Amino acid sequence: MYKILEKQPLNPTVTRMVIDAPRVAKKARAGMFIILRVDENGERIPLTIADYDGDKGTVTIIFQIVGATTHKLNMLNAGDCICDFVGPLGNPTELDGLKKVAVIGGGVGCAIAYPTAKALHQNGATVHSVIGFRNKDLVILRDEFDAVSDKLVLMSDDGSAGQKGLVTDALKTLIEQGNEYDEVIAIGPLVMMKFVCKLTEQYGIKTVVSMNPIMIDGTGMCGGCRLTVGGQMKFACVDGPDFDGHKVDFDEAIERGKMYAEFERHAYDKACNLFKAGK
Amino acid sequence: MANLSKTKNEMPVQDPKARAKNFDEVALGYTEQQARDEAERCLNCKNKPCQGGCPVGIDIPAFIQKIKGGDYEGAYQVIAKSSSLAAVCGRVCPQETQCESKCVRGRNGEPVAIGRLERFVADYHNAHKSGNVNKPQSNGHRVAVVGSGPAGLSCAGELSSRGYDVTVFEALHTAGGVLVYGIPEFRLPKKIVADEIENLKARGVKFEVNTVIGRTLLVDELFEDGYEAVFIGSGAGLPNFMKIKGEDLNGVYSANEYLTRVNLMKAYRTDSDTPIKHSKAVAVVGGGNVAMDATRCALRMGTERVVLVYRRSEAELPARKEEVEHAKEEGVEFMMLTAPVEVLGDEHKNVRALLCQKMELGEPDASGRRRPVPIPDSEFELEVDTVIAAIGTSPNPLIKNTTAGIDVQKWGGIITDENGKTTRDMVYAGGDAVTGAATVILAMGAGKDAAEQIDKKIRP
Repeated sequence: MYKILEKQPLNPTVTRMVIDAPRVAKKARAGMFIILRVDENGERIPLTIADYDGDKGTVTIIFQIVGATTHKLNMLNAGDCICDFVGPLGNPTELDGLKKVAVIGGGVGCAIAYPTAKALHQNGATVHSVIGFRNKDLVILRDEFDAVSDKLVLMSDDGSAGQKGLVTDALKTLIEQGNEYDEVIAIGPLVMMKFVCKLTEQYGIKTVVSMNPIMIDGTGMCGGCRLTVGGQMKFACVDGPDFDGHKVDFDEAIERGKMYAEFERHAYDKACNLFKAGK
Repeated sequence: MANLSKTKNEMPVQDPKARAKNFDEVALGYTEQQARDEAERCLNCKNKPCQGGCPVGIDIPAFIQKIKGGDYEGAYQVIAKSSSLAAVCGRVCPQETQCESKCVRGRNGEPVAIGRLERFVADYHNAHKSGNVNKPQSNGHRVAVVGSGPAGLSCAGELSSRGYDVTVFEALHTAGGVLVYGIPEFRLPKKIVADEIENLKARGVKFEVNTVIGRTLLVDELFEDGYEAVFIGSGAGLPNFMKIKGEDLNGVYSANEYLTRVNLMKAYRTDSDTPIKHSKAVAVVGGGNVAMDATRCALRMGTERVVLVYRRSEAELPARKEEVEHAKEEGVEFMMLTAPVEVLGDEHKNVRALLCQKMELGEPDASGRRRPVPIPDSEFELEVDTVIAAIGTSPNPLIKNTTAGIDVQKWGGIITDENGKTTRDMVYAGGDAVTGAATVILAMGAGKDAAEQIDKKIRP
């Protein structure tokens, strides 16, 4: 059992939790993920690590309440335990040698982009962060990004926070202003990553994306997380989760993400109804 | 009174129509009377050919003699000297190609039903065992076992009986490896695996689940922690895909994924949160035991039509005959001499059909089996909404990639010498991680042999 040490709602649909998991914390690096199971009947879901502290033995996760499992997880409070918590899995994001990087985060993807921005900053790289949300109520980690970025651009779809527009608009402006990035790291919804990659391809800037598909074991066993990258089948869990964004077949990944959409809708309604009925 | 019947006592089974709709065990096990009657068929040969056919060398005639006399616990103790997983092996061992293939009675009729007797004895033991366990005297040495499948469990059991302090590390949340994620409930109830693991725990073996060696902990760290030897039984868990067009479509599964969702994650139960596709028609590609398990799980999930697609003929099916027969009785369609060409999808990227072509058998290939050759212009569409690829697995490269000094074959199998030792000192390996996908009992044999070698090395 893995104890929840802290719980904090970041906005109405996004929650941050700090978990006591010393072994995972010791090995965790930006870009890696964990798999958790809330309870005995729970499904295994992957979540990318949002922060970690090897000395304290803690791992931070930030999740959006999108389905039955994240809903169940959000029902737990500090002091409660998560049944299973395994990791760190996947490969860390490669940051060596990067001098100037644009880190793009979209929505809850900012939770994953943040440790990367932080690690780059600690490595002495120049970090330009662009974070985007639908509206001001959904903004997360603004101060955290600010603390590790040489430049921070906040975007929102409706203009209620920062500038109005998409993260691609802001990135385009930065590039046009003459910023020369060694790499762009984009983490967020598949559609966002797809369009960031389309943009950077025009400028020939290497772009790394973090994929978070459906998976079970996270160690290469099920093949459920397979993607097509550069025409080849890759497993996000063992070959990734970071990939060269210009080679990823995003349209395929978007369709694969819908595999259990109907099941999830039912399960979510059921979980919500149970909750309304007083558990 | 010797039993001269040329045939085995039949195994009582659930009715095929009923069992195709439930996940309860198919074979029900011998009654005491059937077991004693079957035991009487054993001639108690002096040279014990059957024992030579057993990868862990169980003294088979000795345990059968105990059954004749009604001493079932005594029979269990005979098996336990050589095998730590009798209830498992009595169910999933391919006895027909091992012990039973050597049985003298098999020369003129059917061999003694050794597997069924082993199962009877193990089930008797588990139903009647007392809480008292003889915990072996500690010898003060610590060994780490990576993976809790058949190889790891058998290695841990053998080491613990020799007094070692053993810790088994498991990546998943439940111990048992392929016995819990792969082999379905109706062939091997998970309660039996859990009981065997409890037996090991009672004897002092420690289990650490949710621990991925190569990620959470490294092999080097195990040595730093004071383990004197490491046994790697990490299996062959990486699924092979067919490498045909359309494998990315929704509704294409590896058998590993499909079986893991059903077995480990219990997706067949309404109280499980794990999703699985509820298919109308399923094509399973392959011909081994895993393919049979996938077809039979698909049936039990309520699939109307389940088709096994195999490129050779029925005679070449690598699956156990018993599994093939069970699958047929339950209603699986066998489409032999048929190879998949492409998975076809609809506008939403869901599977709508498997494009196949008919094959004929040509000259024998390297494996000695006749090579399937496509028949021109024989392509046809098999209408299915789910395709499950059960065409084999490869060893997981995680430990090799994170541990210096462990050499592997080109295809990924860990290289060991005849003692199960890898190219790195004090690191041993066995089971599918070394051989590629094989059987439970071979992995158990390898685990047990490695335990002996580790003991010899640590306490020469």
